[in-house]
Amino acid sequence: MFAYIVRRVLATIPVMAFVALFVFSLLYIAPGDPAAVIAGDQATPDDVERIRASLGLDRPFLIRFGEWVWRILQGDLGVSIFTNLPVSTMIQQRIEPTMSLMILTLILAVSVAIPMGVVAAWKQGTAIDRTVMGFAVLGFSVPVFVVGYVLAYIFALELDWVPVQGYTPIKQGFWPWFRNLILPSIALGTVYIALIARITRATMLEVLQQDYIRTARAKGAGQRNILFLHALKNAAVPIVTVIGIGIALLIGGAVVTESVFAIPGLGRLTVDAILRRDYPVIQGVVLLFSFVYVLVNLLIDLLYTILDPRIRY
Amino acid sequence: MDRRDFLKATAGVAALAGTGGLSAPALAQPAGARTLRFVPQANLANFDPIWGTQYVVRNAAALVWDTLYGFDENLQPQRQMVESEEVSANGLTWSFRLRPGLKFHDGAAVTSKDVAASLTRWMARDSMGLMVRALLEEIVSVDDRNFRIVLKQPYPKLLVALGKNSTPMAFIMPERIAKTDPFQQISEYIGSGPMRFVRNEWVPGAKAVFERFADYQPRQEPSSWLAGGKRMGVDRIEWIIMPDPATAASALQNGEIDWWENPITDLIPLLRRNRNVRADIADPLGNIGTFRMNHLTKPFNNLKARQAVMAALNQEDYMRALVGNDDALWKRIPGFFTPGTPLYTEEGGDILKGPRNMELAKRLLAESGYDGTPVPCIIAQDQPITKNMGDVTADLLKRIGFNVDFVATDWGTTGQRRAMKNPVGQGGWGMFHSWHAGADCINPAVYIAIRANGDGAWFGWPNVPAVETEVNNWFEAKNMDEEKAAISRLNRAAIENVVYAPTGFFLQYQAWRANVSGITKGPLPFFWGVSKS
Repeated sequence: MFAYIVRRVLATIPVMAFVALFVFSLLYIAPGDPAAVIAGDQATPDDVERIRASLGLDRPFLIRFGEWVWRILQGDLGVSIFTNLPVSTMIQQRIEPTMSLMILTLILAVSVAIPMGVVAAWKQGTAIDRTVMGFAVLGFSVPVFVVGYVLAYIFALELDWVPVQGYTPIKQGFWPWFRNLILPSIALGTVYIALIARITRATMLEVLQQDYIRTARAKGAGQRNILFLHALKNAAVPIVTVIGIGIALLIGGAVVTESVFAIPGLGRLTVDAILRRDYPVIQGVVLLFSFVYVLVNLLIDLLYTILDPRIRY
Repeated sequence: MDRRDFLKATAGVAALAGTGGLSAPALAQPAGARTLRFVPQANLANFDPIWGTQYVVRNAAALVWDTLYGFDENLQPQRQMVESEEVSANGLTWSFRLRPGLKFHDGAAVTSKDVAASLTRWMARDSMGLMVRALLEEIVSVDDRNFRIVLKQPYPKLLVALGKNSTPMAFIMPERIAKTDPFQQISEYIGSGPMRFVRNEWVPGAKAVFERFADYQPRQEPSSWLAGGKRMGVDRIEWIIMPDPATAASALQNGEIDWWENPITDLIPLLRRNRNVRADIADPLGNIGTFRMNHLTKPFNNLKARQAVMAALNQEDYMRALVGNDDALWKRIPGFFTPGTPLYTEEGGDILKGPRNMELAKRLLAESGYDGTPVPCIIAQDQPITKNMGDVTADLLKRIGFNVDFVATDWGTTGQRRAMKNPVGQGGWGMFHSWHAGADCINPAVYIAIRANGDGAWFGWPNVPAVETEVNNWFEAKNMDEEKAAISRLNRAAIENVVYAPTGFFLQYQAWRANVSGITKGPLPFFWGVSKS
């Protein structure tokens, strides 16, 4: 197992290198000019050209790429073209809101979606099943921002239970932190709940047809035991896989959710950086997201061995 | 459902709450009445008002840095950091004396050396500054409070240059900071303005914080725009960046923010139905929409093709696309200068008046020899103003007979593409939309888009010697009558040669909580005199 973990961690290096090259190349060929954005609409073409030169954007691709890789190898993500702040500082400023949002969403989604899927499978063909599946279809169909606006209207403006927007760091207290994240995590979690509930139902239906479930029933095991101990454990591998894959969904959804609820997280940082062509920030954030995604999938692979002892690496 | 309906629907967040006083106090009021929470027009992504000339940077900088002179509401430069000035009889030597007691936020006194270094940096980036630099003999620091600007030839508009509010403004920084290359960003944000920048609370894209500078010495005169006493009514100002208008509308109604700089027009009726919210025009100088053509490439390198656009262009179509049915928010302008300002003129603007003449437009296009070359229309979709105008333009050009190549892109790409002088087919472009703040269109000194000096002109590079002649005549004018005469001739020449096509004059709103007082109309948000009850 240890050798496997080491192998997998080492395998992330070429993946990250490929991501780095891909992102850098993509930004190089993509249109857009940070110098023009900096200079403003009143600037002359000469001003724009001089700013471009001062930022080093007029140098050849390979030189810029080489310098960037060299800095990355030294743990330096570079400095934002616009803010003049180190990219690592900007990520540090933004990582807490995004991680908070994603973790809370994950907890919410898993704790709601899995019971929903299990119950839907148990009550297959009934009104409960149809309700759960109806919610799942709705969850997939309604965009995150629409869910966000509706929630904000009902719970922030109408009922005045929670704020419309913003983020309070957890060091200022659990409740203020939690209160700001309730609506965003529900909005972001809707599609995730739908995804996990559907896969849980489908997998459970398959498992509930197995002989050992019939045997358990014959032995007089209770329904709860059958569902959550015998069936769910054996259905867990695909569910966990989907949860892992869904992390990418969360990252994408966080961008929209953070905009709707004015949360100063990495999603908004990414969008702002893309719109302004702040290359060092885009590269830094994409690398970080890629690393997180690779890491999560490694953890999922390791979880398989716990959920299914037959799996060995 | 169109964009406007969709926004109204999603911002129903604001709607119902506004009807019955449902906007109860927010659960979280992180600071009391001494803190003003403000949503600016854009993200404060950098904070060097000389290096980055976006309006949002200028607006924040006006809190932190002071200027020698400041425009008042009559667009006249008034003394600000300066106590007195004197100009020699030949108009070549200007002597200035700074007010006593001026201090930077780090406690150091403001000296004439700081002024000299700051003006030197500003001159390298500003269009008026470049003119001053071309005429400059020297800036002499006589002693701590006195300095002289010596010119090679008279420049009567010097105080306008030092006090204007168009970007970049002539902000005064400590000498060590002002010595930074004007094309490099500063890394210290020390000014002598009424508020100091709290750097450690700055989260670009999310928040910027300013705190009252206790040692600031306001002038005794009442404040008027950038002139007079800048007395702060709050101790702390938090700029909260909200990219989503519906969220900002909700936050304003819920009392989570106090002042929103630029609510979109569609949301104003909803906001006005809330008894705790006020809305009014933000800037009486408004904005001028622009249809900018490339004078170097086909088909708009031909005057008749440009005139074809002018003959058919209906400003009402553009303005309705921007502001909807609120007639108080727009007007036609058969000219280039800001309505309501002293130099506004309609001289030569007949082609933009009256019923639009599609037949004339088609005839002019045919006479231009247009051969069906695609016209790349570079339309930024992430800016509602350019997007809406672009949709109108695509239809207009097609009806005239142009072969439209609609390039839907974002503002960042537009910025790059419009700088390219290549022929169409090799990255070149035909037209793009933008808009200019009315404050930047009050005279040729601050109006870069009206210049027609070929390669030195703004994007599109019009080359119209008659326009440049009148620009020079305006600079040399000895009185307002001469200025007006020069501008009238300039307007005529610019319209006849279609330097660009104005798409209309439009205003925008600002909105604030009812417990906030002292908000004035102006080309930028003026925080002095604003207080909360």
